[in-house]
Amino acid sequence: MNKTNKDLLNLIQSNFPLESRPFLKLSKELNISEVEVIDIIKGLKNSGYIKRIGGIFDSRKLGYCSTLCAIKVPLDKITEVATLINSNKGVTHNYIRDHSYNMWFTVIAPSIEEVKDFLDNIKIKTHIKDIIELPAVKLFKISVIFDIKE
Amino acid sequence: MLSCLDKKIIRRIQEDLPLVPKPYKEISQELGITEKELINKIERFCNRGIIRRFGSILNHRNVGFMANAMVVWKVQEERIKDVSKIMISFSQVSHCYQRPTFPGWPYNIFTMVHAQTKLECENVVKQISSAVNIYDYNMLYSTAELKKVSMKYFIEE
Repeated sequence: MNKTNKDLLNLIQSNFPLESRPFLKLSKELNISEVEVIDIIKGLKNSGYIKRIGGIFDSRKLGYCSTLCAIKVPLDKITEVATLINSNKGVTHNYIRDHSYNMWFTVIAPSIEEVKDFLDNIKIKTHIKDIIELPAVKLFKISVIFDIKE
Repeated sequence: MLSCLDKKIIRRIQEDLPLVPKPYKEISQELGITEKELINKIERFCNRGIIRRFGSILNHRNVGFMANAMVVWKVQEERIKDVSKIMISFSQVSHCYQRPTFPGWPYNIFTMVHAQTKLECENVVKQISSAVNIYDYNMLYSTAELKKVSMKYFIEE
């Protein structure tokens, strides 16, 4: 990736212009044309660097409840349990991690009851009782901005 | 409270911005409002913290951050405030949360640490550890990604 592409990526992560012609604004900062900015972004999307451009929301401020959960899944049941958990549209992240609590997922739902029902359903269907709910008590930092260097 | 229009706008801007010279104009026409109304609404969502960030969402593995660890720490209640302040000053720490503990799960502070390599990630964690003087921690690397999607809000079933 060349310098202009990296500079552009760094710029649009945090300060995507909120004005009629945002790409023109960016083009002036980078000394290239508006068309070039649009083309570079299209290229970065096609190559998988950029997932999308838009808003990232605070689920709680939208009235939703969210929590992180960890569950101890026997190795031979990973696929079955993952399929069940991932079928919920509010499950946005699910990872296997190197720990006895080996499956870690986040769930977002319109109410706390829906989160509870979902977790109860997992316990009933999988017969796994060892599942912990770890909702954020306090948030100190959330900033998924990557400093892309040469 | 969010109005019907607010929800309509959120439904649209949780998707992708069109790559045309006037993207807000295009979206506003889809929504039946003016470009200025849309831009004002987005600005207000940002100011109210409803939108945490408006911009590009990157695929961090593709931009070279290959080592991403969830690092969990056992921090004494009275030290949480000071310790978290130091932890979040590290640019490699993207998230820092306090979460509850359970029998069998003693860690109350969660940090996500991103680096280009596992070694670099470990070095950052060692630096954090000595900066806060806490050695009771655990690094949980992800060994498989089973799901990673953006949440879609206000979608009718």
